[in-house]
Amino acid sequence: MKTDVVVIGGGPAGLAAALKASEHADVVIIERDKELGGILQQCIHNGFGNFIFKKMMTGPEYAYHFISLVKKSGIRVMTETSVLEIDGNKKIVAAGPSGIVEIEAKAIVLAMGCRERSRAQILLPGTRPAGVYTAGTAQRLINIEGVMPGKKIVILGSGDVGLIMARRLTLEGAEVEGVYEIMPRPGGLTRNIVQCLHDYGIPLHLSHTVTDIVGKERVEGVKVAEVDESLHPIKGTERFISCDTLILAVGLIPENELSRQAGIEIDEITNGPFVDEHMETSVEGIFACGNVVHVHDIVDDVTASSEIAGEYAGRHASGKNGHGMGLEKKHNIKVVAGENVRYVVPQFLRHMDMEKLTFYLRVKEEKEDALVVISCSGKVVFEKRERMVKPPEMVKVSVPASLLEGADEVRVDVRCRNG
Amino acid sequence: MVKLVCIECPVGCEMTAEKKDGSIKVSGNRCPRGEKYAIQEMTNPRRMLTTTVFVEGGIYPLLPVRSDREIPKGMVRECVKELSKIKVKAPVKMGDVIAKNVCKTGVDIIASRSMVRK
Repeated sequence: MKTDVVVIGGGPAGLAAALKASEHADVVIIERDKELGGILQQCIHNGFGNFIFKKMMTGPEYAYHFISLVKKSGIRVMTETSVLEIDGNKKIVAAGPSGIVEIEAKAIVLAMGCRERSRAQILLPGTRPAGVYTAGTAQRLINIEGVMPGKKIVILGSGDVGLIMARRLTLEGAEVEGVYEIMPRPGGLTRNIVQCLHDYGIPLHLSHTVTDIVGKERVEGVKVAEVDESLHPIKGTERFISCDTLILAVGLIPENELSRQAGIEIDEITNGPFVDEHMETSVEGIFACGNVVHVHDIVDDVTASSEIAGEYAGRHASGKNGHGMGLEKKHNIKVVAGENVRYVVPQFLRHMDMEKLTFYLRVKEEKEDALVVISCSGKVVFEKRERMVKPPEMVKVSVPASLLEGADEVRVDVRCRNG
Repeated sequence: MVKLVCIECPVGCEMTAEKKDGSIKVSGNRCPRGEKYAIQEMTNPRRMLTTTVFVEGGIYPLLPVRSDREIPKGMVRECVKELSKIKVKAPVKMGDVIAKNVCKTGVDIIASRSMVRK
């Protein structure tokens, strides 16, 4: 089979990219689950769509908006189909209900999202009983499958999914003993600390971690301890908590096995592909968007940057590339993460044909009254004030591209406003 | 003076609210929704309710639902408990009313997705 654009993944990133690409080209979405929507389908809480729709929607409602547009658009959707291989020539091998499918595409959009960090990835000691779940698995069990993971719960990690699950488990009748966070600050958005923990009187223990899992067949309890500044458990602070379930909300990792297979260069800090301002990766014609590039806090941002990926994948596939559509790579401007910046996406500017460039960044340290400073070859060209910057909350800054003209390097710093 | 974090959007403004001469003065909010939230939180706190109900004959055993507007914060648990007794039949359309005037709050519960038959 041959087509113009193949979008891998039918979550929010894939849906937005496919819709944009379909304005220029024929599009196929490949989705491994039995329906489109991705993780939004299990995020039954509200809080989605604030920026794009100016109202609070639940995950399924946000997904529905895009799914219904896809249904009207003529985009071909292959569900229950997993991509097994892609190569640098944009050949795709997938397995689905009708067996193995081979597809040749002119452009690919990677929209596989991310996976949860597991017990093995954080080297959690102890026995291996039933009752240890990642927060997303627990969420799927409770909200879609109709199964309660346990009765007395300890949550390790205070990322947003963990906080949302603390509330959800409580409402469904479980007892959440507490949320334990190894860092001295919470991992999730402040509003989720308020409406998920404070509203239900669930304690949050910062600078604490789980040091042991106890139980043979089923979790019987966990040991928790306070940690020092270098995150090592402090002797004498260890205590046992009786529980039947441990839920892990210990971070997300972009899912890039396919990207690596295609020979795409991966940024070690974001764990996602390096992308330029069109969301094109290091392999020509392969684009990436959403959580496969870097983990976002807010789905609206995923939609916005995925529309860019879809737009340029569509233009690329429709054969207008390099000939008056401004897709030539005229530049190779590096975007440098400067002072107090962990990473910036996009990492490169290669086209300089867009009116506005939006940079997404994460800071290393919390700062009050901060200034996001963009400079070109040492000269400050743009500044944006931020009342507060925190590592768990992504910072977004949009700059008129004309300000960056002629630069050979763009640097982003986050400074204190007074000093 | 009360310190509040706005839950209206992911920005999460840190606000202070102060009762003064019968009115409430709010500061720290970046938009009017923050002020409205703070005043509501000081006088009659309300929350959106999201949960699931059983659905028979659908592609999944559960249907996600939400309140069509906020309900009193203190009523959330009771309403979720009440809704756990409900069973609906597929097909369901997004926006269909699943329960009217839940626990006498005056608020309806609606389906937040469609559920086709298996």
